[in-house]
Amino acid sequence: MIVVVDYGVGNIASVLNMLKRVGAKAIASNSRSDIESAEKLILPGVGAFDAGMQTLRKSGLVDVLTEQVVEKRKPVMGICLGSQMLGMRSEEGTEPGLGWVDMDIVRFEAREHRKIPHMGWNEIVAAQEHPILDGLTGLDNPSRFYFVHSYYMSPRDESNILLSANYDQLFTAAVVKDNVFGFQFHPEKSHKFGMQLFKNFVELI
Amino acid sequence: MLRKRIIPCLLLKDRGLVKTVKFKDPKYVGDPINAIRIFNEKEVDELILLDIEASLLKREPNYELIAEVAGECFMPICYGGGIKTLAHADRLFALGVEKISINAAALADLSIIREIANKYGSQSVVGSIDCKKSFWGGYTVYAASGSVDTKRSPVEWAQALEGAGVGEIFLNSIDRDGTQRGFDTALIESVVKSVHVPVIACGGAGAVNDLTDLFEQTSVSAVAAGSLFVFHGKHRAVLISYPTINIASSK
Repeated sequence: MIVVVDYGVGNIASVLNMLKRVGAKAIASNSRSDIESAEKLILPGVGAFDAGMQTLRKSGLVDVLTEQVVEKRKPVMGICLGSQMLGMRSEEGTEPGLGWVDMDIVRFEAREHRKIPHMGWNEIVAAQEHPILDGLTGLDNPSRFYFVHSYYMSPRDESNILLSANYDQLFTAAVVKDNVFGFQFHPEKSHKFGMQLFKNFVELI
Repeated sequence: MLRKRIIPCLLLKDRGLVKTVKFKDPKYVGDPINAIRIFNEKEVDELILLDIEASLLKREPNYELIAEVAGECFMPICYGGGIKTLAHADRLFALGVEKISINAAALADLSIIREIANKYGSQSVVGSIDCKKSFWGGYTVYAASGSVDTKRSPVEWAQALEGAGVGEIFLNSIDRDGTQRGFDTALIESVVKSVHVPVIACGGAGAVNDLTDLFEQTSVSAVAAGSLFVFHGKHRAVLISYPTINIASSK
């Protein structure tokens, strides 16, 4: 079973909807025992970094999540703010992140003709081969995903970059570190491309 | 690169989808759930769903219907109509709506925008502006579905909405609505130039060329259209369509 961590921030209904569509058994929960018995975890999130981290800490779930992800090595997928929270810190605030991936979250600098937030559909470029990208890369028509963000992930170790995208600069659109995955875009709102990604995550061993 | 977005804008009245001309004469075009299933299959970039009588009748959004719609959408959906309080917004976001569009409530009191943006982020709040060309040639912002002239300038109001925390501006031309005469480029460019957030232009799209022309002539981030995607031919038979064009959001 997949547990979508329901700590009070993020579009949980859409994520559950997509998981149901790909035939996965999933629930939204904030209970420790559900998180302990989950096979895989999804960490959603929207809004500001500090607000997200503070709410997650208040939920009292950071210990059990860290135990399940870092010690038990359960696959976890962070989405949007949830992916940024996997990092060390963010230029958006002062709260420390979960620190599961060695990366900082940095702001898109203001440039002429570049609207911030980066909002809409953008094509992804694979930085490495990985089973989670099955059916999404190496196609004639590149896969596209829906993004909404003003900050992006900047991993210190390049081997953690899974996907890139271009917004007047190349930036990291997804990270991977062993069992930890972070997607800056919203796969739950990205049609067949998002469905494929969720399917790959569900089938990941 | 980021693509320019093309967004079907669907109008709700009671439980049916309608299409207006200059914000008047709503004509029934079909069942919303059925239409949304078709748009979903066509992999549209995004959807805007507006309840055109909720604010006028002083009622809240039809949460039951919106839940059904959101359950069918595997793309971002923006809902507008009848949202007056943070509690209304809370319910909508919990149903799986990504963005909510605020119009009447912001004209009454801008603080609603800040409240929602603080809790859910600016990207989740869209400021909707209905404009009409005045007899003297300038544009003013209209309230109450195009029936009341607020005398505000669209540029100043767009800046006020941005200052209050909206992440996007949804700009409607009442004069062009449902006419399929093409976009009001001058109005759109004036607003796009005056704000830093993305602008969605709506009103007047009659052919796919109108969309590509607007993207060439202005730096608008997205276009929305109703008639273009629901009517077919000069007799305006109802037939849902969606163009497959791919325009990079270039400089």
